[in-house]
Amino acid sequence: MDQLKKILIATSAMGAMSLGSAALAADLEVTHWWTSGGEAAAVAEFAKAFNEKTDHNWVDGAIAGSGGTARPIIISRILGGDPMAATQLNHGRQAEELIEAGLMLDLTDVAEAEGWRDVVHPVSLLDSCTVDGRVYCVPVNIHSWQWLWLSHQAYADAGVDVPTNWSEFVAAAPALEAADKVPLAMGQQGWQTSGAFGVINVAIGGLDLWRKINVDKDAAAAASPEMLEVFQAFAEARSLSSGSNVQDWNLATNMVITGQAGGQIMGDWAQGEFQVAGQTAGEDYTCLPGLGVNEIISTGGDAFYFPKTDDPETTAAQKELASLMLSKEVQVAFNLKKGSLPVRGDVDLQAANDCMRKGLDILAKGNIMPSGDQLLTADTSSQIEDLLVEFWSDTSMTAEMAQERYADIIANAD
Amino acid sequence: MANNAKTISASGVEPRGPKPRPMLSPRNIMIYGTLFIVAIYYALPLYVMVVTSLKGMPEIRLGNIFAPPVEVTFEPWVKAWAEACTGLNCNGLSQGFWNSVKILIPSAALSILIASINGYALANWKFKGSEVFFTILIFGAFVPYQVIIYPIVIILRELNLFGKLGGLVMVHVIFGMPILTLLFRNYFTSLPEELFKAARVDGAGFWGIYFRIMLPMSLPIFVVALILQVTGIWNDFLFGVIYTKPDNYPMTVQLNNIVNSVQGVKEYNVNMAATMLTGIVPLIIYFASGKLFVRGIAAGAVKG
Amino acid sequence: MAGAKQPVRILRNLNAKIAALPMIATALVIFVGCTVWTIVHSFTKSRLLPKLEFVGFDQYERLWSTRRWLISIENLAYYGIGSLVFSLTIGFLLAALLDQKIRFENTFRTIILYPFALSFIVTGLVWQWILNPEFGIQHIVRSLGFESFVFDPLYTPDIVIFGVLIAGLWQGTGFIMVIMLSGLRGIDGEIWKAARIDGIPKWKTYLFIVIPMMRPTFVTALVLISAGIIKVYDLVVAQTNGGPGIASEVPAKYVYDAMFRSQNLGQGFAASTMMLLSVLVVLIPWAYLEFGGRKNGK
Repeated sequence: MDQLKKILIATSAMGAMSLGSAALAADLEVTHWWTSGGEAAAVAEFAKAFNEKTDHNWVDGAIAGSGGTARPIIISRILGGDPMAATQLNHGRQAEELIEAGLMLDLTDVAEAEGWRDVVHPVSLLDSCTVDGRVYCVPVNIHSWQWLWLSHQAYADAGVDVPTNWSEFVAAAPALEAADKVPLAMGQQGWQTSGAFGVINVAIGGLDLWRKINVDKDAAAAASPEMLEVFQAFAEARSLSSGSNVQDWNLATNMVITGQAGGQIMGDWAQGEFQVAGQTAGEDYTCLPGLGVNEIISTGGDAFYFPKTDDPETTAAQKELASLMLSKEVQVAFNLKKGSLPVRGDVDLQAANDCMRKGLDILAKGNIMPSGDQLLTADTSSQIEDLLVEFWSDTSMTAEMAQERYADIIANAD
Repeated sequence: MANNAKTISASGVEPRGPKPRPMLSPRNIMIYGTLFIVAIYYALPLYVMVVTSLKGMPEIRLGNIFAPPVEVTFEPWVKAWAEACTGLNCNGLSQGFWNSVKILIPSAALSILIASINGYALANWKFKGSEVFFTILIFGAFVPYQVIIYPIVIILRELNLFGKLGGLVMVHVIFGMPILTLLFRNYFTSLPEELFKAARVDGAGFWGIYFRIMLPMSLPIFVVALILQVTGIWNDFLFGVIYTKPDNYPMTVQLNNIVNSVQGVKEYNVNMAATMLTGIVPLIIYFASGKLFVRGIAAGAVKG
Repeated sequence: MAGAKQPVRILRNLNAKIAALPMIATALVIFVGCTVWTIVHSFTKSRLLPKLEFVGFDQYERLWSTRRWLISIENLAYYGIGSLVFSLTIGFLLAALLDQKIRFENTFRTIILYPFALSFIVTGLVWQWILNPEFGIQHIVRSLGFESFVFDPLYTPDIVIFGVLIAGLWQGTGFIMVIMLSGLRGIDGEIWKAARIDGIPKWKTYLFIVIPMMRPTFVTALVLISAGIIKVYDLVVAQTNGGPGIASEVPAKYVYDAMFRSQNLGQGFAASTMMLLSVLVVLIPWAYLEFGGRKNGK
């Protein structure tokens, strides 16, 4: 069957060429920073669908490193007049100026023809792609940061029960340390630190506090005693993670998978790594949304933007890719591999595992919050990230000191 | 500025210390002992690189980094060259190597050609304002790149060269210009003036003198300039990372990507093999050119 | 001064002017034009795209109240002072040793200088490996029986910049040595003879006679090292990428990150203008001493 398919594809491709219609096929270079095992498998789903279902070719432009490394390259290429055909970017305020400068392709016609506004759920994802009523990007998944991943093996080795919330997790830490394990695995890259902070912020401080700070930019809330508790919890996390010297998030996840570490605060993409390692949710590992305290998930996510080109064929191919990314089948295939949730409310995730179901439930209940990317400018987020990274690596910095500077940044945010 | 040629030859002059004494005098033991220890310190990292790149991962985990490999394996080298991954592209460093070659050849050739003509014009055909431009150029050598990188992004975009190899070549030509022009100007100034005058009397013009008299006479300085540019361009990272895209990344950028972003377990032996591979080109040039390299960097540096 | 007497009529020297065009264009467009452009834009509110919305010294105020910039400056100071002191001392001492009419001079020089042929990326990665606490020096000393030995500069925020410095010195001191050596060889042999006849000890001859005579060499070395210090970027990117935390950040990296990561061009321009300013602080007195002095000498 597979053989037959290949032959069919090959012959149809040859036929296309001999008929001279090959001119319609375009090579689209797509840049993204999905390079870990699970991520790469997910992005391969896009590539496969695009190559098989259209006449065009997916040219993979993976950029290694985190978004922090990749984004500058992507943006400088767009600004430098050498744009790729499509690129991953976190939607929200990052792309604002690029859109305002008219560098991005307007996808409104595709969006209207296919009724994106009706299928995308929650619709706030599409709002983040919309500037002045025009749609400029395709949301492809819902990512939530609010997860604590726990290794059953580590807790079994230490002879304690797997925690069910953050305070139990903290309480179980000494037992893990006695068993020569790191309680909290954490990669050293800045985005991981600031991500974990966001999670603790919502879980400990509650959503209202978080909203006041991130939506209203309320500096008084940032300086409040409630926020101090958040910083103290964050300082606790810092001491629980000493001895975790890895850089990359997937290496930290690997510590949880192999039972060297008790847990990791990481977004739902960590799921992909557990899957690649052949582990089963509920048996080998447990996931606690909202650290088991506040079951809520953020609806940030990845989106694809399509920089404008002069070539009408490329533009047509870009629109085809855009519609393909949001199609039901591709959404399911992609998100199962990625460990994230589909952006359509109308797809059936038969294959979803324990953790994804938890996520879908929370989503269905409407316990959602916007993600930081949608609210803060790149400038403000990187200021906060610098602060948190410094705090994380410098144990002489107290929670109070960090909070004071945090409040300062919020006061000056725009 | 004019005694540059003297400085160049000075490094080849005989040492002037007192006459040699018997090998085993306490003084000699001290001198050679110190130098020996220093030499070990400088040589050690290269040794560690080579040794690590020839070990298997289990041996690295158990042994120490200075121990020679028990079982020599060339697998890390093969992997680094042909299989190491950046993102989904697992073609190893070979792609970066060829990119670097593609960047290097036109950049070195163009920058040397342009700078030698500039230097010649400055040395033998001064015109009103030429010294002013030259002074600005030399000051330019000290402007931190960070001040200029962004405007150049804009210039390259306007020229439609951004992200292309041609753009990076242009950047290398620009940033190589101050030091090379200085090098050639000083060299041409040091040539006997009579040669130039005689050629003028014979009726030779600007280009005639350059190609028939100056070029053939200045082979050594061209070699020096070549060494300077080849190592400089090969070792560049900043321009490569800003002005090219992943397809065109030079070897240094790709190396950093491979080593500093990993999937799964860090393979230190592959990393070190990759590092060696990137360092090999300038090292070969260095060891092969010997004294000329020293002259090259001394000439590029000592402007006094 | 060949050609100085050539007539300067425009047509007569046209070829030379055409030939010098690339140089003139580079000098004016790149080094003057781009520098001015950046300085002007450092007073604007440019974010992702350069815009001429002037905000006065706002970017500079923000810069000097940003902790990361202050840390970068502090690191640059440590790194700078460290490389100046150690490069000059070690470079000179090694040159003096090599100048003792020894055998194998070429071999020793070759070994000490080879790191200079390597890129900062290669240098940074090798030293990252050697200083790795799990495998490198710390591991070896511990396995010799000193269990509590600690040497992990790259993982200790307070001293990480010295871990970078070790690598930088390894790469660059050979070069300073070569410059010093050519300076030493430029000293008249008669000086040595005279000093020996007067019975002046060797170290005194070096300290009080030779080093003062080598002033131009030292100044050159100083300028070269300083120019290298301010540009330090690749080394940090490869060795620590600014970490742990932001403990090994340097100004050049701040500029890059502000421009391309934070999408705050104005901030990046302000930071790079500060870098330019600090170069001028070193460069202008030097240029004055070097060129001002010589012109008077003519």
